[in-house]
Amino acid sequence: MSNELEFLSRRVAAGKLSRRDFLGRAAALGIAAPFANSLLSSAARAAGPVKGGTLKAGLVGGESTNSLDPALMMTQVPFAFGKCWGEMIVELSPDGKLENRIAEEIGSSDDAKTWTLKIRDGVEFHNGKTVTAEDVAATLERHSDEKSKSGALGYMKGIATIKASGKEVVLTLKEANADLPYLLSDYHLIVQPNGGKDKPDAGISAGPYVVKTNEPGVRHGGERFANYWQGDKMGHADQIEVIVINDATARTAALQGGQVNMINRVEPKIVDLIKRVPGVTIRNHAGPGHYVFIMHCNTAPFDNNDLRMALKLAIDREEMLTKVLRGYGSLGNDFPINSSYPLFTEIEQRKYDPDKAKFHYKKSGHDGTVLLRTSDVAFPGAVDASQLFQQSAAKAGIKIELKREPGDGYWNEVWNKQPFCASYWGGRSTQDQMYSTAYLSTADWNDTRFKRPDFDKMVLAARAELDEAKRKQMYHDMAVLVRDEGGLILPMFNQFIDATGAKVDGWVDDPHQELMNGYALAKCWLQA
Amino acid sequence: MSSPILKLIAQRIALGILLLLAISVLIFAGTQILPGDVAQAILGQSATPESLANLREQLGLNDPAYVRYFHWLGGVLTGNLGTAMSSGQDIATSIKGRLWNTLFLAFWAAIVAVPLAIILGLIAVRYRNGWVDKLISGLALASTSFPEFFIGYVLVYFFAVKWQIFPGISTVYEGMPFGERMQAIALPATALTLVVLAHMMRMTRAAILNVMQSAYVETAELKGLSAFNVIRKHAFPNAIAPIINVVMLNLAYLIVGVVVVEVIFVYPGMGQYLVDHVTKRDVPVVQAVGLIFAAVYISLNIIADIAAIIANPRLRHPK
Repeated sequence: MSNELEFLSRRVAAGKLSRRDFLGRAAALGIAAPFANSLLSSAARAAGPVKGGTLKAGLVGGESTNSLDPALMMTQVPFAFGKCWGEMIVELSPDGKLENRIAEEIGSSDDAKTWTLKIRDGVEFHNGKTVTAEDVAATLERHSDEKSKSGALGYMKGIATIKASGKEVVLTLKEANADLPYLLSDYHLIVQPNGGKDKPDAGISAGPYVVKTNEPGVRHGGERFANYWQGDKMGHADQIEVIVINDATARTAALQGGQVNMINRVEPKIVDLIKRVPGVTIRNHAGPGHYVFIMHCNTAPFDNNDLRMALKLAIDREEMLTKVLRGYGSLGNDFPINSSYPLFTEIEQRKYDPDKAKFHYKKSGHDGTVLLRTSDVAFPGAVDASQLFQQSAAKAGIKIELKREPGDGYWNEVWNKQPFCASYWGGRSTQDQMYSTAYLSTADWNDTRFKRPDFDKMVLAARAELDEAKRKQMYHDMAVLVRDEGGLILPMFNQFIDATGAKVDGWVDDPHQELMNGYALAKCWLQA
Repeated sequence: MSSPILKLIAQRIALGILLLLAISVLIFAGTQILPGDVAQAILGQSATPESLANLREQLGLNDPAYVRYFHWLGGVLTGNLGTAMSSGQDIATSIKGRLWNTLFLAFWAAIVAVPLAIILGLIAVRYRNGWVDKLISGLALASTSFPEFFIGYVLVYFFAVKWQIFPGISTVYEGMPFGERMQAIALPATALTLVVLAHMMRMTRAAILNVMQSAYVETAELKGLSAFNVIRKHAFPNAIAPIINVVMLNLAYLIVGVVVVEVIFVYPGMGQYLVDHVTKRDVPVVQAVGLIFAAVYISLNIIADIAAIIANPRLRHPK
C-alpha cells in the first residue's frame, strides 16, 4: 500500500477525512474503488481492544529527582505513569463529565457543604487488600496535611473534616463548594493503602498496572494487574513502559524508529513534517493550557487600566497563533477559560486595534517604554512571541523594551515577582479552580495581582451555587471582569500535540490533559 | 623498580590528594554562592516562615559554613554522601548505577577510539604530507569540529530512523543482557569516538613527528630499517609521554563531559543526573557529583604523569 494511501486511510479512521473524500483521493492515486473500500474497512475496523504486547511511551517531563509519591507528582512522566498504576476516586471522562471510579456514588447536601462518597465494592489493591472507605479517607487526610507537601493541598485545605464510616466517606467543607467532585479528580489523589501514610512512595494502588520498574528520570515499567476491577476497559497491553526522552528530536526519532509507540509534546514547527511519516498519527486536540503576558494590576505603570487596555489591544493574536503555534491552538480573549471547561460562554473576541490602543495609551498618560521580561522557558516560542508583541505594539505607538531573562531561576525570580512578564498556565479542570488558583485576592499564585473584593465575592457565590444556569451567568460576569479590567493578556490557548506510531489503536481525544488525560498507555492497545 | 621512581610516584599521589581537598573546598564554596536559599528551593512556593526555619534547622543551615564543610567532608571520607534533598534517596546508591553506566560507555568508546586514534596517527606519520595523511587529518578534524549533538542526530537519522540498525535511544538498565546493552550503546559510543578521535590522532602525529627530527631516527633510517619499524621501535616509545597525556585527557572527557551525548541518546549516566539536580538546587548531589568528577579527572592525570615518568628511560635507569 502506498504511504500516501495509508496516511489517508488513517485520517479517515481518525475522523479527520470523510469517506467520500478518501475515495476521491484514492481514485486520484489510481486505486479502483472496490480496493480502496476494502482498504478503508481494514483501517477503520474497530473490532475492540486487542490484549497483549508491550506498549511503550517516550515522554518529556521526567527527571532523576522524581518520586512515586503521588503527592509530589508535578511533571508529565510521573503524571502519566501514575494513571497506569494509580486508581482515582473520581475521574473526568473525555466528554467533560464526571466518571465514578473508586467512589461509586457521590452525593451532597443541599447547601453543598457536606459530601458523601460511597465506596465501590470489590476493588483490590496490588498488594491483595481490598480498597476500603478508611483507605480513601486516609488518602484525603494525607493530602490535606501540610507535611505531605501535596500538589493538591491548595484544594484540600477547604475540607474541614473527613470521616469514614462503613462503606462511606463523609466530607464536610469549610465553605460550600459545588465543584468538590471535580476537585477530587485531581491527579495527585491516587488512592493508596492507608492513604500512603506508611510508605508514600511504595507505588501501590489499584490501577490497571502493577509497578515493576521505577528508575526515576530513565524508565518506568508496569505489568498488567490480573485482578483489576475494570479489566475490560483498561489495561489491554501485557506490559507498559514509559521511557524518559526529554530531547524533542530524540523523542521524534524514537517514534519513527519504532522504539516507542507514542510520544508527547510534538513541537508545532515539525508537526507537518512528521505527519507524513508512514505509521505516525498526530493526535492534537484543544485543552485548557494557555500562553500569557501578565501585568501586576497594583504596580505602576500597570495600575492604570487604560495602559492595560492599550497593551491588550496592541497584541496581534492571529499573527501570534499562526507564527508561534503554527495554528495548533486557538485565539485567547484575555480571560483564562475556553470551551474545554464546563459552563463556558462565548464573549466577543478582542482584536488587534492599533488606533484604539493608541487612544487608551494616550489616556493613560504613560510616557516612555514598558519593560517586558521574557525567556525561552516561559512557554515554547515565548521570545518570538514577545518580539511579535513588541512590533505590533510599536505600530500603536507603544514602545516595549524586551529583557531576555535566563531560563534557570525564571520561575523563582521573575514570574510572580516582576510586574510584566511572559508565562504560561496549564489550566485546571473547572472554572472555579482556575479562578481560585490565580485570581482570588488571597491566592498565592495571583500572578496578575488582581485584587478585587467584588470579584472574590463572585467566586465564592458561584462556588456555592448548585443551579447550573445561574452559575453559568456568574462565570460569564467574572470572565468579563477579568477580560476588561484584569492584568492578563492572553493571546492564545495551545493544543496538546501527541503522536502515536503504527498499530496503536483505541485513542480517544481528551480535552483535560495530554496523552488522553494520561490514560493513553492504559486505554490504548496494539493491533494484532 | 628503583627508589627515585617510587618517590616521584608517591609525590604525585600526595599532590593529587591535596588538589582534591582544595577542590572540595572550591565545590563547597561554589554551592554556597549559588543564588537562592536551599530551604527555600526545597519548599518552593508553599514555604511558610515556620517551615523554612524548621527545615534550616533540620539541614543544619544555621551552622557556620566551615562547620558544615567539615561535617560534609567527614561524611564523604566515610563513604556517606548524604541523601538527595529533592527525592530523599541515598546519593551513594543512586550514583553507583549512574557512574557504572557512564564508565561502561566511556570504556567502550575508549576501547575503540584510543587504538584507532593511535594507529591512524602512526599511519599519518608514515605517509606524512601525502594524500593519506591529509585524508585522515581532514576527516578526523571534520568529525571533531561538528558539535556533538549534530553528529548524534546524524547517526540517529541514518542508523535508527532510516535503516533501523541500532536503537536511537540508549536506555540501559540493570540486568540487561550484554548483547542488548552493546547494541544500545553502539550509537553514543560512535558519537563519542568521533568527537575525541582527532585530538588524540593529531597529538600522536605531532609528537612522533617531533621525535622524527632527532638524530637517532636518522641513524635508524640509515641502518636500513623500514619506515614503520623506525616509527614503531624508535620514534613511538620516545613520544609516548605526550600521547599518554592527551589520551588521559580525552578519557577524562569521556567520563565528565558527555552531558550532551547522554541527553540526545537518553543514556542514564552521570551528566543527566547532575543537570537534573542543579536545576532543583539539590546541593548535596551537586557536591557529590562534582567531587567524583574531580576525582576522576585528577586520578587520570596522575596516571598520565606516572606513565610518563615510567616511560622516561632517564628516570627508569638512574645513573
